Amino acid sequence: MIYREAGQFKSTYASDQAIFPIIQDRVVVALAVAAAFLAPPLLASEYWLQAILIPFLVYALAALGLNLLTGYAGQLSLGTGGFMAVGAYSAFKLSTAFPWLNIIVVFLLSGLIAALVGIVFGIPSLRIKGFYLAVATLASQFFLIWLFNKVPWFVNYASSGTITAPGRTVLGVMVTGPNATAAARYVVALSFVVVFALLAKNLVRGRVGRSWMAIRDRDIAAEIIGIRPLPTKLLAFAISSFYCGIAGAELVFLFLGSAETAAFDITQSFLVLFMVIVGGLGSVLGSILGAAFIIVVPIFLTNVPHMLGIALSVALLKQIELMVFGGLILFFLIVEPHGLARLWQIAKEKLRLWPFPH
Amino acid sequence: MKSRVLLTVLMAAALAIGPLISMAHAAGEIYMPILTYRTGPYAPSGIPIANGANDYLNLINDRDGGINGVKIVFEECETQYDTKQGVECYERLKSKGPVIVNPYSTGITYQLIPKAAVDKVVIHSMGYGMTASADGRWFPWVFNFPMTYWSQASAFIKYVGAQEGGLDKLKGKKIAHIYHNSPYGREANPVLEELAKKYGYELTLLAVDSPGQEQKATWLQIRRLSPNWIYISGWGVMNQVAVKEAASIGFPMDHVVGNWWTGTEADVIPAGDGAKGYKSMAFNAPGPGFKIHQEIFKNLYDKGKGAYGNDRAKVGEALYNRMLINTMLNVEGIRTAMAKYGNKPLTGEQVRWGFENLNLTEKRLEDLGMKGMMRPLRVTCENHEGNGMALVQQWDGKKWNIVSDWIEPMRDVVRPKLEAAAVDEGKKLGYTMRDCSKER
Repeated sequence: MIYREAGQFKSTYASDQAIFPIIQDRVVVALAVAAAFLAPPLLASEYWLQAILIPFLVYALAALGLNLLTGYAGQLSLGTGGFMAVGAYSAFKLSTAFPWLNIIVVFLLSGLIAALVGIVFGIPSLRIKGFYLAVATLASQFFLIWLFNKVPWFVNYASSGTITAPGRTVLGVMVTGPNATAAARYVVALSFVVVFALLAKNLVRGRVGRSWMAIRDRDIAAEIIGIRPLPTKLLAFAISSFYCGIAGAELVFLFLGSAETAAFDITQSFLVLFMVIVGGLGSVLGSILGAAFIIVVPIFLTNVPHMLGIALSVALLKQIELMVFGGLILFFLIVEPHGLARLWQIAKEKLRLWPFPH
Repeated sequence: MKSRVLLTVLMAAALAIGPLISMAHAAGEIYMPILTYRTGPYAPSGIPIANGANDYLNLINDRDGGINGVKIVFEECETQYDTKQGVECYERLKSKGPVIVNPYSTGITYQLIPKAAVDKVVIHSMGYGMTASADGRWFPWVFNFPMTYWSQASAFIKYVGAQEGGLDKLKGKKIAHIYHNSPYGREANPVLEELAKKYGYELTLLAVDSPGQEQKATWLQIRRLSPNWIYISGWGVMNQVAVKEAASIGFPMDHVVGNWWTGTEADVIPAGDGAKGYKSMAFNAPGPGFKIHQEIFKNLYDKGKGAYGNDRAKVGEALYNRMLINTMLNVEGIRTAMAKYGNKPLTGEQVRWGFENLNLTEKRLEDLGMKGMMRPLRVTCENHEGNGMALVQQWDGKKWNIVSDWIEPMRDVVRPKLEAAAVDEGKKLGYTMRDCSKER
């Protein structure tokens, strides 16, 4: 009834090709973004910002990056943690070597460095596919972590081997380091997600995205219609690593404050891959929904017994949390193998007919 | 239809997340969070620690009615020794107004050092964490008494020197350091390296990746190298694997020395008889034979309130005892602060003052039922490490026995190095050095 497109005529190509062709969608998205920028910094407690929303945004960006590579271009990657580490260590080196450099520029530059590394590790993708490629990217994960552990130059010769985010400002507001407020860090993380989600959305609708999908669906056929596999695949690796690199830099600078290589271990790669799969392969919205699911649900499960006033031992609680969380992932994958984004799509289709379905 | 049900579930979940507001503790009490890890690969080390803290705090509350009559409210939070979960715990519990936090993980300590200073919460990383934070002029909110990793490493070298017949005999000897590949494991390296230059022993550093269940490659290198001494900085499941591997290659066990986190019962029992003779550093005496244990049995276990339930045999394990001492130091720090600020709930700043003026005498230790369990301790504004000394304990197949005298660390080597590191680390965080002569 409300969600009805009757009467909305598209008289130009531009309006027909808009990201959100239906006016209701545009309004909802605009309101949601505005609310995301305004409500949490004003209303949410520091715990909410620091422990839930900021990691959610950071991982949403990483999931977005991996989704471009795995969901759109069809290249399975287990090297996300490694690419995030490249972004984090580059950002650390850049911001300590050039303290005057704006931190946003540092993030973008470290994304570029991660993109270069991604291209290098993407080269095998021309020859190997599927699970074999996953193993090849796994090598990048282990190699990069080993490199950062081994070479003390990356951590500025700190004996502990940890990198610490220095305090940096944007427009006079402290956004990194311990003295930055959670709200400021949240706004920076959110801005990155909004801008890069928009970019990704446009990317996958255009020529680049279509060539990725062609490669994903049938690489030989794609080659026959004139898509060159190597540049296309390498571009997917580069852009995906760019996103992951920025996410890695944010993980240290906006969320953790200081980190060691363990923060980027293989479990991170799996975590981001799960986000993409649970959220929906080949969907921008899916990356964000998947990140929300994987980050928020465990924290929610830990807090449920407290809220209900049930006193359980923390060990038992943790076991229950792991079991329920695993069960939920299975449940969603069985009920909707195409991920949470598909559920959202179904809901929208139903809403169009509501309240008179045929 | 299905998807509608699903959507309802999702919506309900989203709505339910809303009131995630934690309840504050009642006024008139002191709140103390305990970060634990009773699950995951680090549980063998985490469980005795968590139980030690529970028993001591319950004892203080039940027997004495709290610290000078002020009850302690405490709560566990499971971190699985994972830094991200640790930060989540800290942020969640922060709203309840803790005055002190024991992270029990060097990784989490590194995360909390910048945060705690802003939130005015005392960090007590007892014998772990960032060694440089022992310089109280740069790190006013962090305490790591009674000893740091660096002091421990120097005490280990001193012990090896004594066993070899003098520090000058170390020349040409081979020492291997097998360490957990994390800030924790790497912490001892700088001092071992510096002392290698000074005394001329050959140092080999061998990293084991977390969690450390797979160490075949490392021990293959050990066989090739055949070092005279092995020093292990491990944690959790890594410890028992290392002890087992050492036993299985037939390395003389009395030349394998763990640091004080690599020497509890759970680390040696899985290796069976092979672990006999294995040594580890310590700064406290093990065993259930002290007066404090009798108090714990009488006041808690006889009433069915003990953290181990009926399993009394575990009371007195090395890590359990260490956590008793850790909690005792926390309580005595707060008590010291109460002597100045009165018997009421204190702020983080007041507790910090108590920690900086902590003076634990032999007499006080005797009153606490811990005579002989640790050495008297004195903390000052400049020196957050205190004046602790190390021991070496040895496993005889059934229990740990102390096999050395108290070993004074090489403070002349450690302290200058530590002060230089404190300047580095402090500047990284944008700190300035405070003048301790003005603190009273």
